[in-house]
Amino acid sequence: MTGVRTAADAQSGRVWKKPPFIANPWIRYGLIAIAMTYLYWAFSTLPFNWERVSEGLPRAARIFGGAFPPSFERGDLLWTGFKESFQIAFLATLMGVGLSVPIAVMAAKNVAPLPVYLLGRALIVISRSFHPVIVAILFVAAVGFGPLAGILTLTLYSIGFVAKLLAEEIEEIDWGQVEAMRSVGAGYFKILIYGVFPQIVPRQIGLSMYQLDSNLRASAVVGIVGAGGIGGTLMNAFGRYDYAFAFAILLMIIGIILVSEGFSGWVRKKVW
Amino acid sequence: MLEITSLVKRYGNNDPVLEDLDLTVDGSSVVAIVGASGAGKSTLLRCINRLVEPTSGSIRLNGHELVDLRGSALRHSRRRIGMVFQGFNLIDRLTVMENVLSGRLGYVSLFQALTRRFPQTDIDRAFNLMERVGIAHYADKRADQLSGGERQRVAVVRALMQEPQILLADEPTASLDPKTSQQIMSLLQSLASEMSLPVLINIHNVTQARMYTDRIVGMRHGQMIFDGAPKDFNQDALDAVYGGIESPEEDSDEPGKQASQTQEASA
Repeated sequence: MTGVRTAADAQSGRVWKKPPFIANPWIRYGLIAIAMTYLYWAFSTLPFNWERVSEGLPRAARIFGGAFPPSFERGDLLWTGFKESFQIAFLATLMGVGLSVPIAVMAAKNVAPLPVYLLGRALIVISRSFHPVIVAILFVAAVGFGPLAGILTLTLYSIGFVAKLLAEEIEEIDWGQVEAMRSVGAGYFKILIYGVFPQIVPRQIGLSMYQLDSNLRASAVVGIVGAGGIGGTLMNAFGRYDYAFAFAILLMIIGIILVSEGFSGWVRKKVW
Repeated sequence: MLEITSLVKRYGNNDPVLEDLDLTVDGSSVVAIVGASGAGKSTLLRCINRLVEPTSGSIRLNGHELVDLRGSALRHSRRRIGMVFQGFNLIDRLTVMENVLSGRLGYVSLFQALTRRFPQTDIDRAFNLMERVGIAHYADKRADQLSGGERQRVAVVRALMQEPQILLADEPTASLDPKTSQQIMSLLQSLASEMSLPVLINIHNVTQARMYTDRIVGMRHGQMIFDGAPKDFNQDALDAVYGGIESPEEDSDEPGKQASQTQEASA
């Protein structure tokens, strides 16, 4: 049987085009014009010194040439540095995640009274406002060179990230479970333990794994400014023009990040 | 005995959801509250355990005034009021047993609640009640692995764990299939008589209300407009409660119209 033709099919050849993203043509073309002007201005005024770039390229080639083949001769130094980085990352994750739970509760609008909510949000904003490198510089100045500065830095960094996402998760929980716990006569903390936390546990574990992963990476960076770990070893290798060793460190970091990413992905998939 | 007198609930400056409502529930009777959506049934139940704050009026349970309670006094009286919800409201990621024991949260210490070390009497009571409703073999299963009817049984047991003096059920069968919802209704009915427990049930299904309850209260626009035995809840009362519902012929007309349109189009 052929398709049934209805009256609606008779009128054909009508044109349809996707409506433009920005409806007003003045704004639409105006924005394009502004973007083009800005790009032209930026490229014409920024001091790109092509001569220096061409001088630098062979130098870069020499560095990379010196890095081959990577040297694992000083494996013990590499190992010590990495071990310290891992200790920093692990402790910072533990403390950061632990502290982020109460702060997340404080910063969730549906379970915290307004003044507490504002305080919680302020804590999160403060711990998020600076890049870990800047925080590390401050902590190195405050508590001296070494892993303690790294741990404090990454703890703060973890709080900012985990508490923020956890607070958002708490704000989206199924309120019915909380109501049920209120109706049995449970007080505030019992409601948190039974009505709220079970709902955010999978998210919390996922965030912790991700944060461990992220702290491992960041611990290499904050080491560069003196906060302990493999970053310091890397900085020293560069300082001594020992590019082969530096390259070995970089390979090691890449390998560890790959492993930890695979592991945290596996854990997050398992937990639901 | 539950005595509600001149209860008013108003959200903001809108028209009141409950207007000067009086209701007394005695002994172990099962009372159905029927009414269209928005008639105030749910608000009425939630005023009783103060999930919703009444604007004015008085609610007394066995002589104790509930409306002006605060803090721990409020929590103590909530322990005596069991509630069953339309969406079950179980803690999905906890086991059935933990859900059942959570009915005791008003009685145990924070430490006991955190470590799940509930008193032996509570555990015995939990097993007995779960056996009574036929879910004891699920004790260690996660609550979200159960079917709808089983989940509502868990919720009923959780409410009974409170040793309540009254049971509130807010459309307990609305998320269930017809057969299961009958089972839950008859369960509520028999539990009420076994434990001589007054039960208030919000329900949309008038047939079930007639079948399983001792008394029907009809609500419309926040006021009680019918109160009587199920046998007296006739067509007039139904019309009064649900308001000008169109006759069913208009509905059956629709498919016929569509059919003739299709014929015209294909011709």
